[in-house]
Amino acid sequence: MTLSAGDLQAVILTLELALVVTAILFVAGTPIAWWLARTKSRWKGPIGAVVALPLVLPPSVLGFYLLLAMGPNGPVGRLTSALGIDPLPFTFEGLVLASVFYSLPFMVQPLQNAFEAIGDRPLEAAATLRASPLNAFFTVALPLALPGFLTAGVLTFAHTVGEFGVVLMIGGNIPGITRVASVQIYDHVEALEYGEAHSLAAVMLIFSFLVLLTVYAWRPGAEKA
Amino acid sequence: MTKDQIEARFLLNWPGFSLDIDLTLPGRGVTALFGQSGSGKTTLLRCMAGLERADEGFLSFKGETWQNGKTWLPAHRRPIGYVFQEASLFEHMTVRNNLHYGRKRIPAARQTDLDPIIELFGIGHLLGRKPDRLSGGERQRVGIARALAVNPRMLLMDEPLSALDSARKQEILPYLEKLRDRLDIPIVYVSHSPEEVARLADYLVAMNNGKVMAHGPLKETLARIDLPIRLGEEAGVVLDAVVAERDSSWHLAKLDFSGGSLWTRDKGIALGRRVRVRVLARDISLARDNREHSSIQNVLPGEVEAIADDEHPGLALVSVKVGPSVLVARLTKRAAHMLEIAPGQAIWLQIKSVALME
Repeated sequence: MTLSAGDLQAVILTLELALVVTAILFVAGTPIAWWLARTKSRWKGPIGAVVALPLVLPPSVLGFYLLLAMGPNGPVGRLTSALGIDPLPFTFEGLVLASVFYSLPFMVQPLQNAFEAIGDRPLEAAATLRASPLNAFFTVALPLALPGFLTAGVLTFAHTVGEFGVVLMIGGNIPGITRVASVQIYDHVEALEYGEAHSLAAVMLIFSFLVLLTVYAWRPGAEKA
Repeated sequence: MTKDQIEARFLLNWPGFSLDIDLTLPGRGVTALFGQSGSGKTTLLRCMAGLERADEGFLSFKGETWQNGKTWLPAHRRPIGYVFQEASLFEHMTVRNNLHYGRKRIPAARQTDLDPIIELFGIGHLLGRKPDRLSGGERQRVGIARALAVNPRMLLMDEPLSALDSARKQEILPYLEKLRDRLDIPIVYVSHSPEEVARLADYLVAMNNGKVMAHGPLKETLARIDLPIRLGEEAGVVLDAVVAERDSSWHLAKLDFSGGSLWTRDKGIALGRRVRVRVLARDISLARDNREHSSIQNVLPGEVEAIADDEHPGLALVSVKVGPSVLVARLTKRAAHMLEIAPGQAIWLQIKSVALME
C-alpha cells in the first residue's frame, strides 16, 4: 500500500487546508460562541440558526451560493476585484474561505456548549476580584473551557479534512491547489483505479479514527476523582 | 453623617419580581439582610456589588458615589469583597492561586499580607490543592479568605452557610464571629436563618417581596413587637451579657445582662467574657406571682410593655421590660386574657432555656 506522488500531494494539501481553516475558526468562532453563550438578545436564535445551517445543507447548495458570492458579480467577487485580487474560485484561498463557512458550526457549537457549562458564576467571582470582563475571559473562561476548545479544534479539523461537495463546487480539481484527498479518491474511482482509491481511503479512515480517538479517550480535567 | 454610612436606593422591575428599597446602613459592624427566599435580599446585595444593575438606583459608600443616574461603577471597580453561596472557587487554580487572583489585581499600596488571613481560616495546609480536593467547609473558608485577600472596604456575603450541612455550619460560624470582631469594615450578610442573624448581626434589615419591612439595630429591632417581622418559632430577643459566675459543682454559668441575670449550662467560657444570649419567645412563660417550686431556674421580675398579635390567630407576643432590657414572650391569647395582661402590669418571666452564643 503505497501512495503515489499525486496522492501524497493531495494529502498534504488536505492537511494544510484543515490546519489553516481550524486556525482561522479558533479566532473567528470563539467570539461568536461566546456571544451566543452569554447573550440575552433576540438575535440569538437567528444567528445560532445561521451558524448551524452548514450542518443540514447539502454541501453542493452551500458551495453553489459561495461560488455565486465569489464570482465576478457576487459581493465577495466585487470586493476582490476592487482590491485588485484575483477571483477566489478555483484557488486555495477560495477553498479556505468556503471551508470556514462549511466548518463553522463544528467550531462554534462545542465552544458555545463549553461556555454555557461554565455559567455566570466564575465570571462574577472574577469581577468581584477586580478582573475586567476581558481579563476574566482570558484568565477564567478560557482555561475552564479548554476541553471544549480541544473538541472544537479536532472536530473542525477532521470535518474540513472530510469535505468534498463544497470543494468540488468552489475549487474544482486542480492538482496541488484544490485537489484534496477526498476529491483524489473520487478521481481514482472514476478512473477505476480501485487499488489507489483503497490506499488513500484507508489512510483517511485510519487518520479520522485516530483523531476521534483523541477526543473521546483523552479529556483534560477528566482525571479528577 | 453620610461620611461613614452606606446609602442605597434601588428600583428594579423584573417580570414577577420587583425591588424597591431605600436604606441607610451603618458603615461598620454586620448588617443582616434577612428574609425568605424571593424576598429580594440577594438581589439587593448584588445591586450593591455591581453584579446587577437596577433600572434606577443610588448607592453611596461612605460619601463615594458608586451609582447615581448614568454613573455606575461595574463590580470590578468597586472596593468590595464578595462571598457567594457556593464558594465559587476557580476550579482550574490551586487554593493559593485562588487567593492571589484578586490580591494581585489591587493597587500595590493596598495589598496586605495574606498570612494572617490564611491563619485565621486555617487553610495553610490546603494552599497547594485544587478546589475539587476540598470539603464543602474548606471550600467556603477559602472562598471567604479569597474575598478578604483583596483588602476590601466592604464585605458582602450571600448566605455563605446555606449550602453547608449543619456540622459544616458550626465549623464556619466561629470564623465568621472572629471576622466580625476583627474587621473594622462593614459586612453585609444575607441570611434566611434567624439563628445566624442572632449570632452575627449588629443591624437588621428585614425584607419581604422586594421591600424593607423593618430595619434597625438588631437588639432593639428584635424586641419590638409592633414591627411586621414575624419569625414564628424563632421569635425572640438577643441580649448582651457578661459571664459573671461559674458554678463548678452544678456546671452552670451565670450571665449578667443589664436588668438581671440568667443561669445557663457552663460551656467553659471564661469569667468576664462578653457574650450574646438569645432568648426565644416560645421559651418564656408569664406568671402573676413567683412560684417557688418549679424546675425553671430563671425567673425574673418585669413589667409588661406591649402586647401584639403573632402569626397564628391564637397566639400573642408580649414584650416585657426587665430593667432597661426588653424580652419577648409568646403565649396563647387565652392565657393573656386570663392573666389580664396589660401594659404597665408587673409580671414574672419564667425562662425555660437560653442560648449562649460565642
